Amino acid sequence: MQFGIFTVGDVTIDPTNGIEPTEHERIKAMLTIAQKAEEVGLDVFATGEHHNPPFVPSSPTTMLGYLAAKTERIILSTSTTLITTNDPVKIAEDYAMLQHIADGRVDLMMGRGNTGPVYPWFGKDIREGIPLAIENYALLRRLWDEDVVNWQGKFRTPLQGFTSTPRPLDGVAPFVWHGSIRSPEIAEQAAYYGDGFFANNIFWPKEHYMQLIGYYRQRFEHYGHGTAAEAIVGLGGQAFMRKNSQDAVNEFRPYFDNAPVYGHGPSLEDFTAQTPLAVGSPQQVIDRYASMRDSFGDYQRQLFLMDHAGLPLKIVLEQLDILGEEVVPALRKEFAKNRPANVPDGPTHASLLAARSAQQSAPSEIQENAQANVAGGAK
Amino acid sequence: MSSVASQSPEFPTRRLAVVSSGLSQPSSTRLLADRLADATVRRLEAEGVETEVRLIELRDVAQDITNNLLTGFPSPRLATAIETVTEADGLIMVTPIFTTSYSGLFKSFIDVLDPQSLTDMPVLLGATGGTERHSLALDYAMRPLFSYLHAVAVPTSVYAASSDWGSGADAGQSTLPDRIERAAGELAALVRVSERSTRIVDPFALPNGFSPVGGYGAQ
Repeated sequence: MQFGIFTVGDVTIDPTNGIEPTEHERIKAMLTIAQKAEEVGLDVFATGEHHNPPFVPSSPTTMLGYLAAKTERIILSTSTTLITTNDPVKIAEDYAMLQHIADGRVDLMMGRGNTGPVYPWFGKDIREGIPLAIENYALLRRLWDEDVVNWQGKFRTPLQGFTSTPRPLDGVAPFVWHGSIRSPEIAEQAAYYGDGFFANNIFWPKEHYMQLIGYYRQRFEHYGHGTAAEAIVGLGGQAFMRKNSQDAVNEFRPYFDNAPVYGHGPSLEDFTAQTPLAVGSPQQVIDRYASMRDSFGDYQRQLFLMDHAGLPLKIVLEQLDILGEEVVPALRKEFAKNRPANVPDGPTHASLLAARSAQQSAPSEIQENAQANVAGGAK
Repeated sequence: MSSVASQSPEFPTRRLAVVSSGLSQPSSTRLLADRLADATVRRLEAEGVETEVRLIELRDVAQDITNNLLTGFPSPRLATAIETVTEADGLIMVTPIFTTSYSGLFKSFIDVLDPQSLTDMPVLLGATGGTERHSLALDYAMRPLFSYLHAVAVPTSVYAASSDWGSGADAGQSTLPDRIERAAGELAALVRVSERSTRIVDPFALPNGFSPVGGYGAQ
């Protein structure tokens, strides 16, 4: 089980004092937060990708490349990488490069993005959002998995004899998560490739995601990657903690009330009842997240949103101390209890390498059949 | 509120959802909604069709509707109201006319529905207002809204001005009860044969031709 944080990268006024960080301050804060995440023992840092104010992270691999040099252990990831408006060829190159620089501590999450004008700004049509995501990802997959690619599709210039460089580290592509809020097509594609499915459930009630994750698990099994329980699931989360729960509520309320997305809407109390947002003592947060597996099954990755809505860096770092020192160790113990042996851990470069060598030393029936067919065809 | 008629094996119980967006309590909008619902239930009863009526006062979920607009998801209470509407066999939608059109609350409720969820839905449109001068709002505002949603609005819509509640028969003019009866008859005929409430919708149905490797033309 992997625990980490994901950041939206918003520049938001601190509603308690009216201070708005500069873009430079916010970017530097994100770098500090990522390194703090490693220091307090978290497993993953993931950054969003945005191309409009008030968000700063338009260039994730630049940021993650810096962090690769500054960290030693933490997995560097995204939340999300826009598979609709980015050229899949550039994604293949950028993230393979990052993978080498970070010695394999890289994975990424595909997403469509939720800002309409980004599509036309990058020359795309938002009405084609899903077809773009599906076709682009299918191409990305081939660029990593095949050395020489001939390809023709609807949305991009054809490729003849193209080799994406550098080739993925050790011949194993970065693990891919597919983020989705509601589209069955995305869950279907994640299942087809045996990739991970990340349900960013932080703004929605769990019932919706129980259905969507259930669907992905079922299709994962259908496509022969393992049982439904072995599918690779990630969840979002959001917490604010203080020793006394009422202190947490009082301190977080102005940030909640003025937050982008849900601010000036439901009350903090309603929102915590209806979404995974947990505001209270560390033990309350532990209890809340320990119960996630009851709804979604045993899963592989839990990411928390900790640094949005104008929270100053100092408070975010305090929150990360509590998260890393109190909450995550307790959750690791909770999640290890009665976890079935066949449920995989969160994927890493090492686990993907091991899986590949296991597969190569014991060819599956399907591969044998495929080889037999090739041999038959050559006669 | 429900009305029970003799059980007919040919026609199972129909579900009628009634949405009133009147703001005062009691409101003349609710009054009109109740009259339309009663008349529709009576028509169906006469045909031997049992009807279950569920009434939604948008005032009760006004905060939830605003929150849904802001957060993108409905509270449990609003989710129940939305299901009641989208899973009905027929709808009665009644709004006050404010500033030449349906009320903002009414439109906000429409805006939180999945735009596909009212396709084929039989709907009776009703509106209330201070004077008769706004009665055409039903035809230039309400009816196009439901046309866009691919709902089936019955030909007669019912507008009730304040004066209608105290008007008797006049030479060449229909009374409010006449119009209610005619509209209810039109809605009942559609609700009677509607199968919407027994439909099973697969939320994970993939579009035709979908392929996870880019079935939109990629090779």
